[in-house]
Amino acid sequence: MILGRSFEDMCAQMYYRGKMFGFVHLYNGQEAVSTGFIKLLKKEDSVVSTYRDHVHALSKGVPARAVMSELFGKATGCCRGQGGSMHMFSKEHNLLGGFAFIGEGIPVATGAAFTSKYRREVLKEADCDHVTLAFFGDGTCNNGQFFECLNMAALWKLPIVFVVENNLWAIGMSHLRATSDPQIYKKGPAFGMPGFHVDGMDVLKVREVAKEAIERARRGEGPTLVECETYRFRGHSLADPDELRDPAEKARYAARDPITALKKYLIESSLASEAELKAIEKKIDEVVEDAVEFADESAPPPRSQLLENVFADPKGFGIGPDGRYRCEDPKFTEGTAHV
Amino acid sequence: MVLLLAVNMVTRAGFSLKQLKMWGIIRQKVAAGGGSPVARIRPVVSNLRNYSSAVKQMMVREALNSALDEEMSADPKVFLMGEEVGEYQGAYKISKGLLEKYGPERVLDTPITEAGFTGIGVGAAYYGLKPVVEFMTFNFSMQAIDHIINSAAKSNYMSSGQISVPIVFRGPNGAAAGVGAQHSHCYAAWYASVPGLKVLSPYSSEDARGLLKAAIRDPDPVVFLENELLYGESFPVSAEVLDSSFCLPIGKAKIEREGKDVTITAFSKIVGLSLKAAEILAKEGISAEVINLRSIRPLDRSTINASVRKTNRLVTVEEGFPQHGVGAEICASVIEESFSYLDAPVERIAGADVPMPYAANLERMAVPQVEDIVRAAKRACYRSVPMAAAA
Repeated sequence: MILGRSFEDMCAQMYYRGKMFGFVHLYNGQEAVSTGFIKLLKKEDSVVSTYRDHVHALSKGVPARAVMSELFGKATGCCRGQGGSMHMFSKEHNLLGGFAFIGEGIPVATGAAFTSKYRREVLKEADCDHVTLAFFGDGTCNNGQFFECLNMAALWKLPIVFVVENNLWAIGMSHLRATSDPQIYKKGPAFGMPGFHVDGMDVLKVREVAKEAIERARRGEGPTLVECETYRFRGHSLADPDELRDPAEKARYAARDPITALKKYLIESSLASEAELKAIEKKIDEVVEDAVEFADESAPPPRSQLLENVFADPKGFGIGPDGRYRCEDPKFTEGTAHV
Repeated sequence: MVLLLAVNMVTRAGFSLKQLKMWGIIRQKVAAGGGSPVARIRPVVSNLRNYSSAVKQMMVREALNSALDEEMSADPKVFLMGEEVGEYQGAYKISKGLLEKYGPERVLDTPITEAGFTGIGVGAAYYGLKPVVEFMTFNFSMQAIDHIINSAAKSNYMSSGQISVPIVFRGPNGAAAGVGAQHSHCYAAWYASVPGLKVLSPYSSEDARGLLKAAIRDPDPVVFLENELLYGESFPVSAEVLDSSFCLPIGKAKIEREGKDVTITAFSKIVGLSLKAAEILAKEGISAEVINLRSIRPLDRSTINASVRKTNRLVTVEEGFPQHGVGAEICASVIEESFSYLDAPVERIAGADVPMPYAANLERMAVPQVEDIVRAAKRACYRSVPMAAAA
């Protein structure tokens, strides 16, 4: 959680210094949800997220260096600079993105869960019990794709957990103004799956509910809908002036900061001392500083990278005027984007 | 049965059964559960074909069905999903018999949720399964176009090669008969403008089989545009086409008819009309070269330009709307690459720039007919001819 928070704070700093650009959406305040859920997963389980995906990537195991480089648009990033803030992909860590359109990740996550079931039942890989987590927000819960996937996941009993990060605001649209029935967890039983509501600012409570939901999916009993009530301390993105939210509401949630709460709990139950926690924070600061240095020093992508990876099979660029496949010409990627 | 006859005659002629098997003439059943099918030696010996006296006729529908069947049996990762593909045997009977053969886990009847199930297909493809997503018509793909373009086409690039999407989106495209404006839109130009997608459009049964097999084996997302009116048409297929390893290369157009006076490019149903137009033109002394594009993206600019450099005149024909259409791209390509070879302005024939009307006579006027192609070719050859058709 500390890594998530420091990382995001550093992102904000870097953005205002011009090292990062475009759309950047920060996760401050919601760390308990990411940590509570993702830290329970195996490496083979997959996570599908939205544009607010930096911390999901970090929790899933993508190194901070790779994420920071990706944000800076350097070739050492997890997607070699081709994805950016909103499109974090990592095949090694089974992070399937990073989607800019809300609701777009939910069917993809459902597909990943479908694959898990298919591999077990049709391809007969008996030990394939991989679970998929789909993270999305309150605004997405009014989107058609959400309901389509709740239906199909329950119908086909797919091993997926739908995690709603309800931070009450979709840019400037309050959840209460946009939704006819604001209690999202109730939408689960309407489709035949259990729906839970949990305090998303308390990492231990999130972890309890997450454990149950993930075990359920692993056993093959089907999907679960978990609504985590949480809050984002910063605006929707770094370009959002965040004027519509009531300062009193922000203060209320700031008092429930998941990191402060966990620190307090650890110290009170004598599980860790102040000094140990300070040491952790210091270590994380070093990790983040190192990530920034690494990203700064990394080279931007070479020109030839522009035309790479459009297709897995580069013959898709077709046949050039000389009658041969364009990709067979060794100078192909050195030219401009004239294809 | 025809194959047995051929084999009989051939063995009597001195070729052993072993030699025939080696040449891949006799189709070997590929066991289910294997990996990708082994590339087999295709018969190079062409005189063998002279022995099969009866060339088989195959409907496009059968061709697609057999291609799906063979690919599903060769690779257990291939599965079919869509509305009515299972128990209904396919809205247009393309997936007939597949449910009985492969079971409900590999032939999935989905609820009417294009966005949802297309996304599910893409997510499954991220993990290496090979979904074939059927749209009842490509008009319905508009509800899922976000997934086709944003999660399928762009993912290999956004993830820098980590995640490839070996998925096929197929279904009927373009105008049918009397189905009205919302069911008659042609999407070739829309999908062909997206980098990361491959867009194919077959005409004959040979095209249908070869291109669908190539599409399913391809590691990238492929949009496969069929045509409802072609499903029931029969075409002759050779033994080579019937072989289960038959595959056509993506990105190569086919010259259906050679000519020297004017180049006519077309895809899907319009190829048939162009061939008929070429017959009529031949009687009037104009020798037309008809190119069946087969692959809209990547476009085979090499073949098209080589043809125009030979004939010096171009007429592109398509069923879709004219603005920003496939014909526009072909004309631009020819002007860019073969301008000094042109003897006449390039011409595009396209569907009328109106939503498809319902009345039969209006519908006929809204879609290119053989007479339109003939007139355009004559104009390109500077024969005097009126611009518009009589009603």
